[in-house]
Amino acid sequence: MTNRLIQPLPDQPPALHDRAMDNLRYIRETMERASAFTAVPGWGQVAIGFTALTATYLAAQQTTAGGWLKTWLAEAIISLLIAGWSMDRKARASGTPLLSGPGRKVAFSLSPPMIAGALLTVVLFRFGMTSAIPGMWLLLYGTGVVTGGMYSVGIVPVMGICFMLMGAVALIAPATWNNWLMAAGFGGLHIVFGTIIARKYGG
Amino acid sequence: MVAKQQALRRETRKTRTENQRLRGVHGGAPKSAHEIDRLIHERLRLGIISALAVNDSLTFNELKNLVKTTDGNLSVHARKLEDAGYVTCSKSFEGRTPKTEYSLTAAGRRALERYLDHMEALIGRMRKTS
Repeated sequence: MTNRLIQPLPDQPPALHDRAMDNLRYIRETMERASAFTAVPGWGQVAIGFTALTATYLAAQQTTAGGWLKTWLAEAIISLLIAGWSMDRKARASGTPLLSGPGRKVAFSLSPPMIAGALLTVVLFRFGMTSAIPGMWLLLYGTGVVTGGMYSVGIVPVMGICFMLMGAVALIAPATWNNWLMAAGFGGLHIVFGTIIARKYGG
Repeated sequence: MVAKQQALRRETRKTRTENQRLRGVHGGAPKSAHEIDRLIHERLRLGIISALAVNDSLTFNELKNLVKTTDGNLSVHARKLEDAGYVTCSKSFEGRTPKTEYSLTAAGRRALERYLDHMEALIGRMRKTS
């Protein structure tokens, strides 16, 4: 106690330092909330998760690689429509243009890996390497979510990393696991993270 | 014990002086680079400026939800920022519903940058002395 008292006092009282830190934290949190407000449609992701589970079931019934691929392509189109509709609905509810600020950044970050994924799908299918497609899809989708999520709340890049990990597992796991990993990834991860985002970040 | 009381008194005096300086004795933007901008130092106004900094524009209701305040409070504080030239407000109709939108001006963005610099400088100074 005596030692503390004879030490020279700092130029600024600790309260000021704490207050400055608190202000910076408040600014960051407000910016995070404000960025997330228009960009992430949580309930839309949950809906996509359920359609992905249905697609997994239907794809598993297919006897040819072409049938499996067509099922998932149909699911991709349905997911895009749901994502577009839910983002538009959220943007309208908040009176913000759909492609303004963070929404536009997310769209631009997500697009390059999606385009790369589409091209690689054509190549892998042509060379009969369809068993590599689920891993590649999960990995590239995860990459897009991580980069797009950098402009959003912290949980979005975490979701992307989970997709990437699942993609890495799918690439090295036996092909028989593919349907399960697709269900766990595009179905499970979307439902779990979509619910968290919807509850914590306004729909 | 006496020494402890004297040290506490000295610290309290310093905190009070600093807080007075932080609160500012003027009503508007800072007069020098070393002064805290009182306009955005207030928590709610800081929230408004921060939210607008990451969006091209936000509606009245969006801002109200983001900074978690009442209609009256938001109106008063947004008006102060508007008067200072930090935000612009545009009113329109969407169908029959009135719509109020706020955007950050270049002056508002500069004010936020100055404020962030100031806060970082305070933290930096504290780290050097500790």
